[in-house]
Amino acid sequence: MSAIAEPLPSPPVPVLARLARPRFALALLLLIWVPLVAYVMFGRELGPYRSYVLIPAIPAALLLYAVAARTWRESTIAVAGLTLVFFWILLAVSAPYLPLLDPNKPVAPFVTPFTERNGIFFWLGTDMRGRDLLARTIWGCQRVLVWGITATAAAYLVGTMLGLIAGYRGGWRDEVVSFVGNVLLSFPVMVLFILILNYLGQSGFNIVIAVTFSSAPAIMRIVRGLALDVKSRDYIHAAQVRGERPLRIMLVELLPNVRGPLIVDACLRLGYTTVAITTLTFLGLGLQPPDPDWGLMIKEASTTALVFKFSYMLVVPALSVSSLILGFNLMADGLREMSLRD
Amino acid sequence: MLKLILRRLAQMMLIMVAVSLILFGVFDSPKFKRQLAVNELGGFAVQTLSPADYQAWLERKGLNVPFAERYWKWLTGIARGDFGRSFQKSADVGPLLGRALLNTGKLALCVFVIMIPLALVTGVMAGIREGSFQDRSISFLAVLFTSIPEIATAIFLTVIFALWLGWFPAKSRGDGLEFLVLPALTLVLYDFGYVARLTRASVAEVMQSQYVRTAILKGLPYRRVVIRHVLRNALIAPFTVIVLQLNWILSGVVVVEVFFQYNGFGKLLLDAALFGDLYVVQAATLAAVLVAVLSQLISDIGYVLLNPRIRFG
Repeated sequence: MSAIAEPLPSPPVPVLARLARPRFALALLLLIWVPLVAYVMFGRELGPYRSYVLIPAIPAALLLYAVAARTWRESTIAVAGLTLVFFWILLAVSAPYLPLLDPNKPVAPFVTPFTERNGIFFWLGTDMRGRDLLARTIWGCQRVLVWGITATAAAYLVGTMLGLIAGYRGGWRDEVVSFVGNVLLSFPVMVLFILILNYLGQSGFNIVIAVTFSSAPAIMRIVRGLALDVKSRDYIHAAQVRGERPLRIMLVELLPNVRGPLIVDACLRLGYTTVAITTLTFLGLGLQPPDPDWGLMIKEASTTALVFKFSYMLVVPALSVSSLILGFNLMADGLREMSLRD
Repeated sequence: MLKLILRRLAQMMLIMVAVSLILFGVFDSPKFKRQLAVNELGGFAVQTLSPADYQAWLERKGLNVPFAERYWKWLTGIARGDFGRSFQKSADVGPLLGRALLNTGKLALCVFVIMIPLALVTGVMAGIREGSFQDRSISFLAVLFTSIPEIATAIFLTVIFALWLGWFPAKSRGDGLEFLVLPALTLVLYDFGYVARLTRASVAEVMQSQYVRTAILKGLPYRRVVIRHVLRNALIAPFTVIVLQLNWILSGVVVVEVFFQYNGFGKLLLDAALFGDLYVVQAATLAAVLVAVLSQLISDIGYVLLNPRIRFG
């Protein structure tokens, strides 16, 4: 009989907990985002493969939801927000595979919700041109999410880099970046959007540019402040003494240590961007008809459907955009609360 | 203090010059001149126009002058109180902008009169009992209302109060208080949550401070502790933010005014920008930037005056 006791078996770690790493979450996020971008922005180039592109994104979305919901399970608010957001993401990703009517094809005009017409049951009714509102809402959600996430990501890329440079390097770089940022921030947001979209033309890509111009200065300010705060910590000095290059210090030492507040801000900013895209389309400046979009649905209905009986045409897109933004905001709120607790 | 104000004023001038230069540069591009021509003469007419005729048209509109000269003329014009002429409405920009700003000012006044008491009272009520049911329900409502974008709030209010109940008109084309109700309410609902949350956070922080605990422990009545010790310290942050909301309203008002067809600043600006009406956009943007920078200055000065701790800092 051996004197050494058997080592206690370590408690089994649940699969979901093992997957809850930033790198894995980022990979899943890319697995959702890249197919969506390919599907919406480069659909024509994909040709016959277009209908298969989104298939891997469906399990990725489900898995990411499960992992995130488990990681954030302490905060009910965060999970509620997460659920709302993933409800829409899942719809956006699976839109081509759902049994929906063609969102651009007129069927029967002015059908109120929950009624049957021509042997088809209309859950959300049809609009003034007879297009199915359910299909338009789901396809519109895809476009809003794709352009919203892309625009926010672009703004973050630019804003973070500039903020790191301004905060960490300081000196004349800080002066220049901060002055340009102040000039851009002193424009009323809408004026900036109108000017840029008017100048460059109205398309999704130009919305990305416009959002970058208007959001990047604010992100730059946040990152700059965080970088100034962290810059004098010991681990940064250690890296400097080791002779690491400034770019590496900024991206590898500094950025991961300030990611907490940045993730909260990103959630809020996703909401702002979604509002901006919807609003711009409503003002006739954003994505172009006839493809479905929430802002466009509101714009078309606001001139033709000002009767209580047909107000569902306005209420459906309004509720959709509100619930998506509520999701982003609840997520940000829950995350902030959790970060304050530790 | 004086140095701070002077420095900020100098900064403001610099920013406004930069903004006006950017705007002039953008609208001076051939593309915008073309757009203006299309809007004035019609797309077909512009296509059939010979290059010489197009040049003549530019000449007549005074758009053919070199950039620097035009900018200088505009700048000296402003010094005399002449903001240029609107191409779209064939009127002087000054009175046009004045009327629009007056209308938006009326709207903003209504918003502030309702929003400030509402946000402060709910925020304080939530903050003095942190974590209670009262706090959580107010906080939830605040998040909810801030999450609904103006366009959606406008729709919900229109559907309920204009289309269903028929209490207020759905479109705000006209004078009179009943036209102001729905646009103002839209802005209030969107904005109050933010200020209320900020007030709540500020009050909750002060409630946990040592001197409030001392005041309660030494037996002061609770009401007096809240009013004299908590509020005086906790309302500094909300005050500075409320001033900044003026700036936000000028930008957020575009959607609301377009939705309700209210003839204010935002609608004027959008129409002018879509038309390529340079001088209107220029004057309106500068007015907005002026409001933005001034409100920031007022908020900073107010902060210094209200908070004795940083007066000599």
